[in-house]
Amino acid sequence: MPAITFIHPDGKSDRVETGDGESAMQAATRHGLDGILAECGGNAMCATCHVYVDESWLARLPDMSDDEDALLDGTATERLPNSRLSCQINITPALDGLVLRLPARQV
Amino acid sequence: MSASSSPEINGSAVPHLDVDPFDMKFFADPYPTHELLREAGPVVYLDKWNVYGVARYAEVHAVLNDPATFCSSRGVGLSDFKKEKPWRPPSLILEADPPAHTRTRAVLSKVLSPTVMKQVRDRFAAAAEERVDALLEQRSFDAITDLAEAYPLSIFPDALGLKPEGREHLIPYASLVFNAFGPPNELRQEAIARSAPHQAYVTEQCQRENLAPGGFGACIHAHVDEGAITATEAPLLVRSLLSAGLDTTVNGIGAAVYCLARFPDQWQRLRNDLSLARNAFEEAVRFESPVQTFFRTTTREVELSGATIGEGEKVLMFLAAANRDPRRWDKPDSYDITRRASGHVGFGSGIHMCVGQFVARLEGEVMLTALARRIAKIEISGEPKRRFNNTLRGLDSLPVTITPA
Repeated sequence: MPAITFIHPDGKSDRVETGDGESAMQAATRHGLDGILAECGGNAMCATCHVYVDESWLARLPDMSDDEDALLDGTATERLPNSRLSCQINITPALDGLVLRLPARQV
Repeated sequence: MSASSSPEINGSAVPHLDVDPFDMKFFADPYPTHELLREAGPVVYLDKWNVYGVARYAEVHAVLNDPATFCSSRGVGLSDFKKEKPWRPPSLILEADPPAHTRTRAVLSKVLSPTVMKQVRDRFAAAAEERVDALLEQRSFDAITDLAEAYPLSIFPDALGLKPEGREHLIPYASLVFNAFGPPNELRQEAIARSAPHQAYVTEQCQRENLAPGGFGACIHAHVDEGAITATEAPLLVRSLLSAGLDTTVNGIGAAVYCLARFPDQWQRLRNDLSLARNAFEEAVRFESPVQTFFRTTTREVELSGATIGEGEKVLMFLAAANRDPRRWDKPDSYDITRRASGHVGFGSGIHMCVGQFVARLEGEVMLTALARRIAKIEISGEPKRRFNNTLRGLDSLPVTITPA
């Protein structure tokens, strides 16, 4: 199974094994990772699973929907060009090794 | 009550249960029946109302997330709109399927988005502080009337842009809407029989000229100018906020206060770390599930966890039972404000997941924060009284006494 890495604001990192067909958000919450809230449970409504994607991976991610684009304007920390919602990143074998940085807060 | 197994329902065994989940005795204590429903099987059949039922988390979640098979346009109550005339013009969002639903949903999502909540946050928080000021004066009060109702009533109608006159219709109207999802029992029939003045108020109040500029209602109407919705659709979308935006948060806040008053250790944890307020509210929504049930109708024959359900069948989803399914939740009957509550179905899931969830969470968070910062103890000082509704679970009265911090 592909594994992905979350880097916390303090620089510590967690490497998380993903399950079959899981999103980055689901993998994070299943492992009890602090820093991903996911209030809406993965329905792309809340913007509380915000991540900053490591620049080298950005182009390899699935395209952003209009809904996700609009929601990113409501994130608790500043939206940056590499901002994404982790519930919208489904982990495929091609994303093995993906690096995501966590914002300081989600609400 | 009993569970008997029918060997053949369309080729698959589905246990038949003779429970009535809309009966007063059930409402008084639904938990043993929820367990019976969950343990009888992944899909059950309720002979009393001739509907299928799902009470385990996995099946409730699956039904919520397959709107093409389990549709909403035939009504999300017992009544099948294909066979029966709806008691009111159907909702354009709740009782709609894609693609029609997609368009109306997008409008309400924008009007009630997390971004908009950032703008109203300070106002909602200030009103919560004012409410606590008043409660500290009273010391002993009814936590339903004076807190769970008074607080949303002090902000939500203004946020919507409603006129000051006639607001006394809001809670009776919402109560009617949620009773009407139920079967034709006394609760539903009486609510509809008395509905005319409430309906007249709501219809009138949803018109553009009756909504103050800048409010949620006016924002919905503004989408007409952009062509997203028509002028005849806008009032019905405003109606959705009047139907589902107030009584739900009253019961949500009521649930949270009832939990925190019953479980003083959790109240202490919250007092020690106010950043837990938002999750304390979220966990109360899981634990009490203010919205207990919704129906869907099958659009085709479908197999669900081994059971075959024919086309045009009503499926009753027990959200509250799913929120305490031990298959999904560790210690499901404990109220734990540090629990990772995300994924509960108290707000639903999928395309129909509560569009006002951010309003509810904001109200819950700022209210619990204000209470916990300034109140040392909340003690239940009289017998709590339950309010009975076919869909909503909550109290009618919760006498409490508070000790200032």
